[in-house]
Amino acid sequence: MSLIFYLIAALTVAGGLAAVLLKNTVHCALALTVAFAGLALLFLNLDAQFAGFAQILVYIGAVAILVVFAILLTKGSETPQGGVFSRTWLVGLTAAAAVFAVLGWAVIASAPLLPKAATPATAATSAMVVTPAPAVPPAPAVTVEQIGRALAGRYVLPLEIVAVLLTAALIGAVIVAMHEKEEAK
Amino acid sequence: MMGQITPLAGYLLVAALVFSIGLAGALTRRNAILVLIGIELMLNAANLNLIAFWRYGPHPELLTGMIFAIFSIAVAAAEAAVGLGLVIQIHRHARTTDLDAINRMKG
Amino acid sequence: MTATASFARSIIETSDQIFVLLKQWLVSFLPAAWQPAAGVVLCVAAIVGLFPALFALTTVLERKGLGRIQNRIGPNRVGPLGLLQPLADGIKSLTKEDIVPARADWAVHFLAPLVLVVAVFMGFAVVPMGRNLVLVDMDAGLLFYFAMGASTELAIFMAGWSSRNKYSLLGAMRAVAQMISYEVALLLSTVVVVMMAGSLSLTKIVAAQNQYTWGLPHWYIFTPWGLAGFLMYAIATTAETNRSPFDLPEGESELVAGYHTEYSGFKFALFFLGEYLAMFSVSGLGATLFLGGWSAPFSFLTWVPSWIWFFSKLMLSIFVFIWLRGTLPRLRQDQLMNFAWKFVLPMTLLNLLVAGLWRFMGEGWERWVLCTAILVVAYVVMGRMGMRREHFGPRSYRYAE
Repeated sequence: MSLIFYLIAALTVAGGLAAVLLKNTVHCALALTVAFAGLALLFLNLDAQFAGFAQILVYIGAVAILVVFAILLTKGSETPQGGVFSRTWLVGLTAAAAVFAVLGWAVIASAPLLPKAATPATAATSAMVVTPAPAVPPAPAVTVEQIGRALAGRYVLPLEIVAVLLTAALIGAVIVAMHEKEEAK
Repeated sequence: MMGQITPLAGYLLVAALVFSIGLAGALTRRNAILVLIGIELMLNAANLNLIAFWRYGPHPELLTGMIFAIFSIAVAAAEAAVGLGLVIQIHRHARTTDLDAINRMKG
Repeated sequence: MTATASFARSIIETSDQIFVLLKQWLVSFLPAAWQPAAGVVLCVAAIVGLFPALFALTTVLERKGLGRIQNRIGPNRVGPLGLLQPLADGIKSLTKEDIVPARADWAVHFLAPLVLVVAVFMGFAVVPMGRNLVLVDMDAGLLFYFAMGASTELAIFMAGWSSRNKYSLLGAMRAVAQMISYEVALLLSTVVVVMMAGSLSLTKIVAAQNQYTWGLPHWYIFTPWGLAGFLMYAIATTAETNRSPFDLPEGESELVAGYHTEYSGFKFALFFLGEYLAMFSVSGLGATLFLGGWSAPFSFLTWVPSWIWFFSKLMLSIFVFIWLRGTLPRLRQDQLMNFAWKFVLPMTLLNLLVAGLWRFMGEGWERWVLCTAILVVAYVVMGRMGMRREHFGPRSYRYAE
């Protein structure tokens, strides 16, 4: 694991923590964008250029803006007077900790089966050891054209369904948020 | 154990951590928008898992995990739009976004 | 004879590649291990130095141009012809007191101009400014550009919200709503180019346009869909950069100065810089997408260095921006939104269909006639529908109360 990975991971986790811990709702939304940016950098670190840029465009450019608009429209930009945590916060925290414990245990326990770093030495040893772990493949050179061909070929049906879903969500969101005057009803 | 952590395990641990933070946020915060923020974090953590498995999986050239993540981003955008629209409508109706105060089934 | 010809060719080649050669020469003084990193640092330094200098020049040109349009002389006191005016302005803004409002959110207030300028600078990384003159030739270059452009909206919101001033907040909300609305049209207007070039890489898009028939270039603006796309792109970018006639977010007569009302001194200068850099950046992208980037307008002019063509196109577009600012009155908020959603967006969507039609009709004159006819008819019909005088009642709020 490289230093860059640890830095980006720390940034992402810090952004996520700030997003759920800060008192002021707008600060939470801004911290959320830090977490989004960190995740986009992690995608880039995983050689997923297209997904990383799409993440920035969609999450930082659209979802974060939507969130701050919603905060301002619901008059939530001031720090609330009472507590910011729900009455049942202990239950929620316990559940989250339990989920993390299970996920972390699963990852750690399966770590020997996961692909090792792609150095020739580990590849050679893993071939001799009883539990062979596949070596990490070299970074696949994915061009945007390949993604486009995959979307228009193999995954064309999911693409159409996403298009319908987005249209439905667009109309639905407008209808839900639209407010007609009382006399218009 | 930490000494022989593999790249994939590292990414999976970060994803698990972000997912748990998002879950904790969604379960403990009062403000409905903060709950949505928590859900967004959880969705993003899942995307990180998909991309990590695509990168270190056996067949990266098939692009399955990457395409799944791109679809997931699109669906999450739709989810955010509808969710925030609902929050605005709830605020208009109940004059609050405090989830502890919105406890009536009947408007 | 051949010796002279080859000498002339090498001169042309050298003047075309002068910046690339200069970089290689400077980098060659360093040890081999440092060279790639040093090259990147040098390119970044060149971009960070060049565009602010262009910004300084443009502020004078803009003030003098606006002065001429309004029958004034414009700045003419500092230096010859007033050319040193930006120096005086710069010293003024650097020595001014940096005021942060007492109730402002100082951290966000501090970060907003930085985020804006950094995000705008990032966009220049993928724009090819000449043959081989691009910082990063990314496969998903256009997507990267728009991802960075989308990040500027958040910076504007941060600036407006953190100032704790209702004019700032109103200006920021106007700006963000406007930018989101026109961003849709902006992206869709560039999709036709991607469809035709078959790539998101800006260097490949330029290469696709760098061909000549009868001495004339294959620029995308010389096709019906390209012209329509370019006009939509120009409208959307004018709105995106908050330039007149779409400068409602900073309408000084209504909102003092919009989201940067509470900024002074150097931070205000950063906002000012960011705005002009965004203008250069979208002009460069527009030239790359529709006007052939660094390619020459006639085949017999290809000996002129490619970067001269790129920057001439950029400055031409800046001139149009200034001209528009001096000529057109500001729109109203409802006109702005109606224009975006009821005219520009449908036209860009139709343009996508026209581009597809163009692609599948094959060579021949039929596609010219049909595609032009569809676009002109749609323009006239939608224009007439939009121009209809509507009844104006008392103002009603639909989404915000």
